[in-house]
Amino acid sequence: MIVDKDVVKDIAALALLEITPEIAEEYITSMSQILTLVEQMQSINTDGVEPMSNPLDGIQKLRLDQVTEGDQRVYFQENAPSTSEGFYLVPRVIE
Amino acid sequence: MSLHEKSIAEIVAALDSKKFSCRELVSHHLDRITEANGYLNAYITVDREKALTQADAMDKARASGNAPILAGIPIAHKDIFCTKDIKTSAGSRMLDNFIAPYDATIVSKLKAAGTISLGKTNMDEFAMGSSNENSYYGPVTNPWRKDYIPGGSSGGSAAAVAARLCVAATGTDTGGSIRQPAAMCGITGIKPTYGRISRWGMIAYASSLDQAGPLTRSAEDAAILLEVMSGFDPKDSTSLNRQVPLFTQSLNNSLKGLKIGFCKEHFGKGLSSDIENAIDIAIKQFESAGASIQEIELPSSKFAIPAYYVIAPAEASANLSRYDGVRFGHRCENPVDLADMYRRSRSEGFGKEVKQRIMVGSFALSAGYYDAYYRKAQQIRRLIKNDFLAAFESVDLIIGPTTPSTAFKIGEKSDDQIEMYLQDIYTITSNLAGLPAASIPIGFSKGLPIGLQIIGNYYDEASILNLAHQYQQETNWHKMSPTAFSLEGIQPSIKP
Repeated sequence: MIVDKDVVKDIAALALLEITPEIAEEYITSMSQILTLVEQMQSINTDGVEPMSNPLDGIQKLRLDQVTEGDQRVYFQENAPSTSEGFYLVPRVIE
Repeated sequence: MSLHEKSIAEIVAALDSKKFSCRELVSHHLDRITEANGYLNAYITVDREKALTQADAMDKARASGNAPILAGIPIAHKDIFCTKDIKTSAGSRMLDNFIAPYDATIVSKLKAAGTISLGKTNMDEFAMGSSNENSYYGPVTNPWRKDYIPGGSSGGSAAAVAARLCVAATGTDTGGSIRQPAAMCGITGIKPTYGRISRWGMIAYASSLDQAGPLTRSAEDAAILLEVMSGFDPKDSTSLNRQVPLFTQSLNNSLKGLKIGFCKEHFGKGLSSDIENAIDIAIKQFESAGASIQEIELPSSKFAIPAYYVIAPAEASANLSRYDGVRFGHRCENPVDLADMYRRSRSEGFGKEVKQRIMVGSFALSAGYYDAYYRKAQQIRRLIKNDFLAAFESVDLIIGPTTPSTAFKIGEKSDDQIEMYLQDIYTITSNLAGLPAASIPIGFSKGLPIGLQIIGNYYDEASILNLAHQYQQETNWHKMSPTAFSLEGIQPSIKP
């Protein structure tokens, strides 16, 4: 798989990463290399093989919808870059 | 014998008989860290005061006769485990300012057992790497040779244990990140069955592959810690709800009748001949202890690396989407709008390898590519598991090399990404299958340690540790320590 400038631009937009034109070349090379390696997968026949997402074929466990921990908002927000009155602050979204 | 050369059992006995105190033991290790960390860069954070306060508490508990089983054992945590009130960086600029509000389950369990955390160890950023060169805090030096990598991603933990800057350390293993650095630093490391140890509070890389485990100097120490670290945790939805075996109770079982498999494809092309020779010698030792060796086949293994480099980046791209500069972690200066804030915070906070894997993962999961990449990789994963299930019909354990070569020079493979990825060729299959696997030291090549990988059947860490321990009863490789950090003290040339 050969990745080009447009692919890098599109994927960077999906991944919310800023990839400037100056470093795009690096990503074109590295992503092409990795995807070429990955393409070896196509040489094995997997028709009818059930995909495995959990190594023990575990399924999502459910728990009772009960509160197990009290409010720790103030404590947790100590890690936030910007807060006010219990809210997380971000740049203005609606003018 | 020096304070830093003792096994966990020896330390517990010495503390019990008051040969030294927890404070003396902890201070001794902290002093060694002060002397050697400038050179090794194995620790990102050391909390001297906290460690000494805990040591005093453990001395008190011992005096009053109600000390927990591992009271006073100095350990270190990989900086991927959340530790309350101490920075948890995951080796990333993104979390350089992150103080976890809680302890990871294994941190709590080890604390409850009486161990004392000396600090947090260096690692490849978000556990993405095989050389510890991808850390925001700089590379770690291999204690066996200057300017050589210690392996990764748990490189700081492996180097700290090998240089005797702690008795043992925690690590995580997504594609070999416990076993590969253990091999390159000449120590013992085990990744148990997927789900055996809780992932709660462990910063996620690829959740269906990530598993924690101990890095230690011997199989016996590993068994002791694994017993403490394992167990069901309702806070981790993939935690195994099964009885944890007493791994220490089966260490002395005889190897008579044990059937050990090896895979011919793991030898020959791409493998260093010194490693191959060391394994041949180990095999003879297993045979003389009564085990039998036979060839097994793992035909789908050759697709493990391609499948891994779809699954791991795909899961990483989803897991790392949480770093958005809003609730915690790095935020860029003066964002013009929300989108700019997300993009620049992420681009500044993540290093190159992490961004690359997010890009590859986002690509593999994007519209039109999902079936050809992610689904295909998951199908291959099933084939790899089926190969192992078939092999374990006829053998109890599978052995082989942990790594294709011994430690290499810092910077040597930085420009060849694929070559770097191939470092994990022998370790990745057990992550994809979810099997337990360990690495133990079995010799040296030009002064650098060689590791033997032992893979076990599901839930059978006990047999792995039994084989490792029996081998370590007959050999001394696990007792070797790098001269610069050996018995008498740290060599002056290394001190700051």
